[in-house]
Amino acid sequence: MSLHSTGNPAISEKRARLSARTIVPLVGMAIAIAIVFFGLDWVGTDYGYLAAYTVLQYVVLATAWNILGGYAGYVNFASAAFFAVGVYTSVIVYKTVQLPLIATIPLAAVAAGLLGLAVGYLTLRLRGTFFSIATLALSVVMNTLVVNWAFVGGSRGVYVLRPQNIDYFGPYTRYLCIVMLIMAIISVLIARAVERSWLGRGLAALKDDEIAAECAGVPALRLKLAATAISGALMGAAGAPFPFFVTYVDPATAFSLSIAVNTIAMPLIGGTSTWIGPVIGAVLLGSLQQIATVTISSALNLLIVGVLMVIFITLAPNGIVGLVQKIRERRT
Amino acid sequence: MSAASVLSSRGVVKRFGGFTALTGIDFDLGPNERVGLIGPNGSGKSTFVNCVTGALPCDAGKIDFGGTDITDMAAWRRARLGLARSFQIPRPFRGLTVRRNIEVPLAFAAGMSDQREIERQAEEVLVRVGLAAKSRKAPRSLSQVELRKLELGRALAARPKVLIADEAMAGLSDSEVDEILVLLMQLNDSGIAIVLIEHIMRAVVRFSQRVIVLVAGAKIAEGTPQDVMSHPEVVRAYLGQ
Amino acid sequence: MLNWDLLSNALVSGVLLGGLYCAVAVGVTIAFGMLDIVNIAHPAFIMMGAFIAYFFNANYGVDPLVACIVAAPFAYIGGRLMYRLYYLAFERHGEESLQGLAFFFGLLFIIEVGLLLIFGVDYRFVEARYIGPGINIGFVSIPWRMLLPLIVGLLMVGGVALFNAKTFTGRAILAVSQDPGALRLVGGNPVKIKEIAFGISIATAIIAGALLIIIQPVEPSIGRDFIGRVFAICVLGGMTSLPGTVIAAMLLGIAETLTTTYLGPSWSPAISFGILLLTLGVRPAGILGR
Repeated sequence: MSLHSTGNPAISEKRARLSARTIVPLVGMAIAIAIVFFGLDWVGTDYGYLAAYTVLQYVVLATAWNILGGYAGYVNFASAAFFAVGVYTSVIVYKTVQLPLIATIPLAAVAAGLLGLAVGYLTLRLRGTFFSIATLALSVVMNTLVVNWAFVGGSRGVYVLRPQNIDYFGPYTRYLCIVMLIMAIISVLIARAVERSWLGRGLAALKDDEIAAECAGVPALRLKLAATAISGALMGAAGAPFPFFVTYVDPATAFSLSIAVNTIAMPLIGGTSTWIGPVIGAVLLGSLQQIATVTISSALNLLIVGVLMVIFITLAPNGIVGLVQKIRERRT
Repeated sequence: MSAASVLSSRGVVKRFGGFTALTGIDFDLGPNERVGLIGPNGSGKSTFVNCVTGALPCDAGKIDFGGTDITDMAAWRRARLGLARSFQIPRPFRGLTVRRNIEVPLAFAAGMSDQREIERQAEEVLVRVGLAAKSRKAPRSLSQVELRKLELGRALAARPKVLIADEAMAGLSDSEVDEILVLLMQLNDSGIAIVLIEHIMRAVVRFSQRVIVLVAGAKIAEGTPQDVMSHPEVVRAYLGQ
Repeated sequence: MLNWDLLSNALVSGVLLGGLYCAVAVGVTIAFGMLDIVNIAHPAFIMMGAFIAYFFNANYGVDPLVACIVAAPFAYIGGRLMYRLYYLAFERHGEESLQGLAFFFGLLFIIEVGLLLIFGVDYRFVEARYIGPGINIGFVSIPWRMLLPLIVGLLMVGGVALFNAKTFTGRAILAVSQDPGALRLVGGNPVKIKEIAFGISIATAIIAGALLIIIQPVEPSIGRDFIGRVFAICVLGGMTSLPGTVIAAMLLGIAETLTTTYLGPSWSPAISFGILLLTLGVRPAGILGR
């Protein structure tokens, strides 16, 4: 949305308000991040960084999922597979050329993006449900591939050594946390850019009615492929630092159920129509789980996420953002 | 194919399993012409529209648009060439406001990129189809006739050379039918050739320069509205024997 | 070097496995193929059936198949209620694509974690007289624990086919699968028909669960391996066709046992996905489709 006035007072006023509405949360987010970071530095324990890393990783994953799921209405169940492609790209790089993490991330993004293109090309021409079913099975297949691939550890897994400290950033965990923070900000900016661009408009149109969109000149397959590739690439990028975060990777952790479920539950609970929804969902659910894992088992934790998701999609299909909008509308 | 036609088809065949919906349709539309396409339910009118606009693939035959063979072209490419349609049952983008609905074909089919210009032209289209007051409303708040106008507005925003209006007036009252007819006439005056698919005979006779009759997937008559209406086969097909 | 002994054994076990796959996939053919309800939680209900069989077998010594046949009517009622909820919350508003899928995904997940919390991650198995012995024909051996699922699986598909052909409800299911509007014209209620059909679909999943645990020990997460399988069978079989389902189930069974025999068991989960992608990409209408 452009900021310039068109001479129509009603429209330009609306624009000013709209831009304020988008700038305020961004500034708010920046302040919140700064507080969290100074807070973590002040506390100075590894646990704080690790918890923040996990939450930020979910911000990336949920935001990425929403680019295809929320904007285009195509449900991708294979987020764990895309994430794992990033994880194992990183493992391969670690075991061969040993590039720095910053250089590995783009490679992981490209690998996962290509996977998105390939699966999308085969299934996106059909009805949306077929794409979703294919992604469900995709996780199983990628898992099978990794289990049978001894070089990346097979089913026994692989150890990754990370340095204690790193120049300029201090402890490595702090460094990982900063890397993930930057990735989270970049993904949110990408999601916002997609939402406002012609790509987002086209996706919104084909989400509602693909045939009518095609008749309005929207190249549906191309836009869906673009969205799948972007979404997959971001998920892959989110996976790249993971081996250094956990230091031991096996298929069970890389393809973990909690990633598959959280990545879908977070945008749906936060709200899928705008970029802010997945962020809200990820921060809220992610933090809650970080607190809850201390007190309850991880299985019970996931059960709660699943139940919350079903409740939200049944009773509040537009998520928290939708609920807030409804309350606002009632007030005015 | 006749050099004078903007849209033509030769021998278009469409089968659904064992059922042949179109048995080989030859069709021509001249520049700025108004053609009525009529036929009883199930005669293949909508199937023909779907084949021409790319919603369904043809099993045989050729379709030409302004000298370009579009037989195997994707629907969105046909829309970009200037072939627009409205749907029999209105299919608005429910999640977008009325104006945003119009902006989609402006940005994609018409290939515009400047957002301010898109918004300005969208408002212009809305004025033209009489929906200016509904610009920021959601499609679900529109009445039946307004939805039809939105359909036409969206087709118009694609900046078409040819508009195929698939039963744009079904289920409307007499005065609403007149509103849509006036609108279609205005569009035709601005240089758009129009194919009108319609059940309402009064509207077809008033609107069309030429009428084509489909029965059971075959063209059985073609000519001026008066000629066609008195054609014995048409009378039989319509009065039902 | 082709070993005929190995090959024929693999083919026979493929067909036997295909019998189980008939049972697990027939419900998907009804719900997804015929009625367009994308119940991706179907495998979770199969696991539920397997654990029902385990629970009654381990605690009360009930035959696993009998336990699930008794449980099936309850599953039918539960399925009807579930479809009603699904209809009211999503399908009625035309929101079934995104939210409906997520709803079933949530169900899949809740059931899996629920089973995990109740029964743990250990593999569970059942005991019955027919588990163990087998019959030998030439150099091919057929264990009863595989033969019984084949027979029951085929009976289930046959039963559904008979129901669809002979009863009003069954014919209505076929009518809805072709055109939801047509049924309304003759006075039927498509929502009610879909509700009944979905109930049947869930009931078949519970019985299939018993067959599964007769064949192999189970733990809650193996249900996920069946998602690719059931949808691959449904799509390959041509979505709505019951004979297609049987043929596709047999083909998948044979393909998987051949893979297990010649490449090793760790590769077999990928087979169904390969078949699914290939079918979707090359021939979405399936083997019996037009």
